[in-house]
Amino acid sequence: MKVKITVSLRTGVLDPAAETIHRSMGQLGFEAVTSVVQRRVFEVDIAKSDRDAVLAEAHAMADKLLANPVIETFTVDLVE
Amino acid sequence: MRVAVVTFPGSNCDRDLAVAFARATGRIPKRVWHADSELPSVDVVGLPGGFSYGDYLRCGAIAARSPIMRAVADFAARGGRVLGICNGFQILTEAGLLPGALIGNRDRRFVSRWVELDVTHPDSDFTRAGKAGQRLRVPIAHHDGNYTADAETLARLEGDGRVAFRYVDNPNGSAHDIAGILSAGGNVLGLMPHPERAIDKALGGTDGSVVFRSLVEALA
Repeated sequence: MKVKITVSLRTGVLDPAAETIHRSMGQLGFEAVTSVVQRRVFEVDIAKSDRDAVLAEAHAMADKLLANPVIETFTVDLVE
Repeated sequence: MRVAVVTFPGSNCDRDLAVAFARATGRIPKRVWHADSELPSVDVVGLPGGFSYGDYLRCGAIAARSPIMRAVADFAARGGRVLGICNGFQILTEAGLLPGALIGNRDRRFVSRWVELDVTHPDSDFTRAGKAGQRLRVPIAHHDGNYTADAETLARLEGDGRVAFRYVDNPNGSAHDIAGILSAGGNVLGLMPHPERAIDKALGGTDGSVVFRSLVEALA
């Protein structure tokens, strides 16, 4: 089964990259943009067929490795 | 004082760190590879600067989960001294041996220059060889040195006197101008500046040797 793990910076954590992208949008004339958030998406294939087991494994790997809880949060979605 | 210096794939300050320890102790440090699961019998473990695992995922994230870091965590839990410099500091926060995180510099630039540090905790095992109120001049070279932590953690660090070094002129946006912090037990230090690059007049200064001489004093 495939899962999508999305890792986002916590609200309030500085993201200079998103700010720079936002500024660049303004320079290109996209002046109505009021905010930009950049997230990291992992698509992970897990060779298990039990939905709950797959979700549990995805949560565990996000918690242990893919996200740093000090600065990031994550969500897990089953893709197929 | 016996020392081990860990090398991860992408470490590039491991030799400099070993030389700095060798000059302070008169003994050549043991070199340990990231895939090793045991440390030799030592008093101090050094985690060097560099770009371990290409900074993939987050700086220090993969190195923090390598086999040797389990041994380093056990060593620190037993009171062993651990010194993490630059990428070594990032690895220590990723491994949970120090609180907080190091995120991209405020100005989104790699900063490579000499800075001045206030020694804010002059009694620690890593700073005691310095003089009270001493300022150290040492180099920094990093892209992700912006120290961040939640308000509660920052208050705890300040309240417990665990901020070891502060930038005189903050180069990267770090909260509270923090350049280096100590663990609750005071036996683990992580700092972004490079004291091991400031141990020889020919390289611009010797202020960094305070850190290594302090450890020698503490363990004498």
